[in-house]
This record gives sequence, C-alpha cells and structure tokens, in this order.
Amino acid sequence: MQVTINISLKEGVLDPEGRAVETSLQSLGFHEASNVRIGKQITLSIDAEDAARAQQRAARMCESLLTNTVIEDYSIEVIEDE
Amino acid sequence: MRAAIIIFPGSNCDRDMMVALERITGRRPALIWHKETSIDPVDMMILPGGFSFGDYLRCGALAARSPAIEAVIDHASRGGAVLGVCNGFQILLETGLLPGTLVRNADLKFVCRETSLAVQKTTASLFTDGLQDGQVLTIPVAHNEGNYFAPEDQLAMLEDNGQIALRYTEGSHPGPANPNGAAHDIAGIISENGRVMGMMPHPERAIGDGHHSADGRIFLQAALEGVAQ
Repeated sequence: MQVTINISLKEGVLDPEGRAVETSLQSLGFHEASNVRIGKQITLSIDAEDAARAQQRAARMCESLLTNTVIEDYSIEVIEDE
Repeated sequence: MRAAIIIFPGSNCDRDMMVALERITGRRPALIWHKETSIDPVDMMILPGGFSFGDYLRCGALAARSPAIEAVIDHASRGGAVLGVCNGFQILLETGLLPGTLVRNADLKFVCRETSLAVQKTTASLFTDGLQDGQVLTIPVAHNEGNYFAPEDQLAMLEDNGQIALRYTEGSHPGPANPNGAAHDIAGIISENGRVMGMMPHPERAIGDGHHSADGRIFLQAALEGVAQ
C-alpha cells in the first residue's frame, strides 16, 4: 500500500513561517493570497492485507511518532498497489 | 550526588554539563549513550542541549523514542529527578514527561544571547526551592525552537499549579526580554510533582571562569542541593 500522510498545524497555532511566506507573496503582487500555512507530507509504503489495516497502522504511527498532537493535525490517504 | 547525562547523536552540550557538574559537586557524572537500555541508579538524569538526530521530524522527537529514554521515564516514575536543557527540554516534552511543546521562534531567527530569568514561586520543587521567588538570573539561550506553546487551558493549569519555574524578564542585555515569543514568557517548567524540569536557557554556559555570568552555577547548585536532600 502506498500511504501519504499530510501534517498541518492546528487552527489557532501561530505559523510564523507561513506568515513570512504570505508577506513575500504579497510583495510579489499576489494580493489574492492569504491564510498561508506550511505543513509537511510523509509518504511511505505499508505492508498490510487491506487498505483499512494500512490506514489503521498509519494512524498509530502518527500518534506515536510522526505528529505532535499538541499542535498538529494529520490526514491519511491510502492507495492500494496495482 | 550521582548524576547521569544521556548523550544522543547530535548532543553538543553534554561535556559542558559534565564539567559544570564536576566543578560544583567534585564528582564526574556518568555519560550514557542513548542506546543503553538500563542505567545504574543515579539521583538525577540530565538530557543535555544540542541537535539530537539533526532535529529531524521535530526537535527531540527521535531522541524521545531512544532506548535510554525508557530508563529515564522509569527513573522519573519512581520520583527520580530529571533535568532537560534546551534540546533536552524539547525531548522531555516529546516524551510527555512535561506538557506542551516548543515551536519555532516567533521572529524565525536563531537566538543566541543572554537572557534574564525571574525565578517563580512554584509548587514544592527540588530545582527551585533553594532559590528566592523573584530572584533574577542571567543565563544565555541558544535555540531556534524555544517558543513555548500549550493550549490556553493547559497554560492556565501550569499557572494555577505553580509549574512555571522560570520566566523571561527585563534585564541589561539588548533585545526584548522574551527572546522567542514563548507563551506567558515561559523559560522553564516543572512537572506536577516538582521532580522533572525543562528549561531553554543553558545554565552550564554560565558557571563563571571566563563565562559572562556565574548565575547558571547558582541555579545548578540549588538544584543539586535540592536533589541531594
């Protein structure tokens, strides 16, 4: 299974990096850009019998290491191998 | 007074801490590689500053899952004293021994300078009982992720429980009192039982003898005496 984990900062957690990038976008003339938030993406393969199991294991990985649940949210996408 | 310093790949304040403790106590602390699964009984375990595992994923995240950390958690659960400095503080938060987290400095700059710290009256604590409430210590910081963050209700709990041990305050040094945007000007916190402490400033870099300040020695001495009692 190919698994993609998207990690984002929780709402209400300040993102100074996102704010700096937003300022840069504005100065380049992209005045339509706002609410810039920077997250990260982790991709991995999981050896599992089905997508539900892969999803469950990925969630365990997020809770035990991959994310800091004080400040981060995550979403998991599983694509079954061809 | 027996102390052990846990060393991770990328720790870089372990030897400074060793020298500081040896000068104060006359006894050299044990240096423990992070792959050790058991640690001989000691009075205090110390997680030193540095950039463990290159700060990969999140500062302290990988170190907090090292084999030696199991022994640190065991030691803490038996009421043993644990001190984490800078990256060591980040590691303690990642283990869950202390609440909250440390995020990127508000101005996105690495900050390396002296700070003034006001000692706070806390719940009974090995680390601060020997210091005066409001006593100001000048101790340097050096970090990129020292901006203490916790949800509002948790911050209120820290305040109510007297778990905030050190707060940034005005001093003679240049720059704002709070160097990183930390919530409630938090520079250091203790656990509810007062036996685990994490702090961003580096006391081992302020022990006199060519350092700008000897206030780190005052802090460490008080902590060591508290632990030895």
